[in-house]
Amino acid sequence: MKPELAIKPIVFILLLVPALYYFYAVYLALNGENILGPDPAQALSLATGEWSIRILVAALAITPLRYLLNMPQLWNYRRMVGLFGLFYVCLHLIVFLMFLLQWQWADIGREIVERPYITIGFAAFILLLPLGLTSFKAAQRKMGRNWKKLHRLVYAINILAVLHILWVVRSSYFDAVLYGSLVSICLGYRILRKYNPVVRKFVLLK
Amino acid sequence: MIIKTKKDIPSSEITSESSYKNRRQFLKQGANVAMGVGVTASGLLSPTASAQIMAPRSAAQLNLASKPEWLAQKMANTTPVPNSGPYTTNEMLTPYQDVTNYNNFYEYGTGKQDPSNNARNFQMEPWSVEITGEVNKPGIYTLEDILSPHTFEERIYRHRCVEAWSMVIPWIGFPLGDLISRFEPTGNARFVEFQTLVDNDRFPEQNSRFSTIDWPYQEALRMDEAMHPLTLIGVGVYNDILPAQNGAPLRLIVPWKYGIKGIKSIVRINFTSEMPNTSWNDISAREYGFYINVNPEVSHPRWSQATERRLPSGLFDRRIETQMFNGYAEEVAHLYAGMDLRVNH
Repeated sequence: MKPELAIKPIVFILLLVPALYYFYAVYLALNGENILGPDPAQALSLATGEWSIRILVAALAITPLRYLLNMPQLWNYRRMVGLFGLFYVCLHLIVFLMFLLQWQWADIGREIVERPYITIGFAAFILLLPLGLTSFKAAQRKMGRNWKKLHRLVYAINILAVLHILWVVRSSYFDAVLYGSLVSICLGYRILRKYNPVVRKFVLLK
Repeated sequence: MIIKTKKDIPSSEITSESSYKNRRQFLKQGANVAMGVGVTASGLLSPTASAQIMAPRSAAQLNLASKPEWLAQKMANTTPVPNSGPYTTNEMLTPYQDVTNYNNFYEYGTGKQDPSNNARNFQMEPWSVEITGEVNKPGIYTLEDILSPHTFEERIYRHRCVEAWSMVIPWIGFPLGDLISRFEPTGNARFVEFQTLVDNDRFPEQNSRFSTIDWPYQEALRMDEAMHPLTLIGVGVYNDILPAQNGAPLRLIVPWKYGIKGIKSIVRINFTSEMPNTSWNDISAREYGFYINVNPEVSHPRWSQATERRLPSGLFDRRIETQMFNGYAEEVAHLYAGMDLRVNH
């Protein structure tokens, strides 16, 4: 048995565990119990946001790591990790609409238009949708070269996500610097690899 | 004023006998910790208050410094909360557990639980407050000098955070105006400015390279705001001294302003003729004005201030409407007569 066959389900479950925990918390809340602290709506919003950016960055790091570590098998995880990114972004949006804005549609429209960090976050979500919809193998085959072009949108999506975090900074730049650096490294590596022959050679020799 | 009626109270929060007994037990323990001094009788023992009380916890877990004898005596002689008027409210109290474990006190870290986790080993004394600027009696006063002449009062205030959540908190304190009068401000004293302690050992976030705050944290009031009888120097909460994470040993409480005005662990009070800088105004003047009065009609640029989540909040609880000046309009609106509150936000 190939090791991936054993590892892949484990990675799948690990990525699912945070969401399962928060689903459980919402289930408890429906029964009047609370494990999310005194401000559960805020706690859920923060948690789903954090998991979104972690997983989006992880998906973006797969290609650089595949070259640097010379592990082509990492590519087997790209689709799954990317789809988990979309999944957590959806949860983040649903938490915002359902628990923070409480489905007040007039407020929702105003918030998306008037608050730049929400506009940006919403734009990132919209851009993620076509990537999710074309993530299966048949779409990949059918679209050919265009598939790759379309999926380069993840670069823009990660930049928007970092801007979204930068825009909610209050007392500390820590998260913005952390995720901004990680995204910069992942994107910078791609640029270097594409345009710098030394890096290309070094990487290909491995 | 929003008064919670019976049907708004989730069944999980209706007092059971055991939780009432827990509350009594907690009070007894608290009294024992407080060097055997009895706890003042007050409205806190009403069934509404006791409905929400946490499991008993020790003083060490709460980051309560040991109290000097003189302070224990003063706490014991606290004037109970009045039955009506602006110094109290019938709204449900936010439980002690949440008041002391859900804090913005950025010196201790950026997370809501960082203050309660990082405020260990807080020593209350020695503590002194430096009085400077336009006063006849400047100087460095010890904590005892500052607090001794004042009678402590209990007051139940709404506390509205700029982040659109709110609590109802039974504070212990005394009017800031009484303290200010002792220093005899001169005619040039138009503003009063406060600073928090700088201490790289006790306050880990003051070492952070990523903080947006230029320490020390500073806040300020116009003189008439400072002299207003609602404005308190807070020294305690829930019948005991302030835990470190709530701003021990003394802090500012201005219930009609967003919580960021309530500067904690004060070490300097300065009287000036010019409007002082305030920390959040320095970070982002567009988002935080000098006044930061609670105002549902003026949105924070990043979120609406029209409603708030009253904590503790259930995930499915409705937000409540935010009131002008946090419900203290009758008492304070005249301070801002003729001012454009959109500009002076």
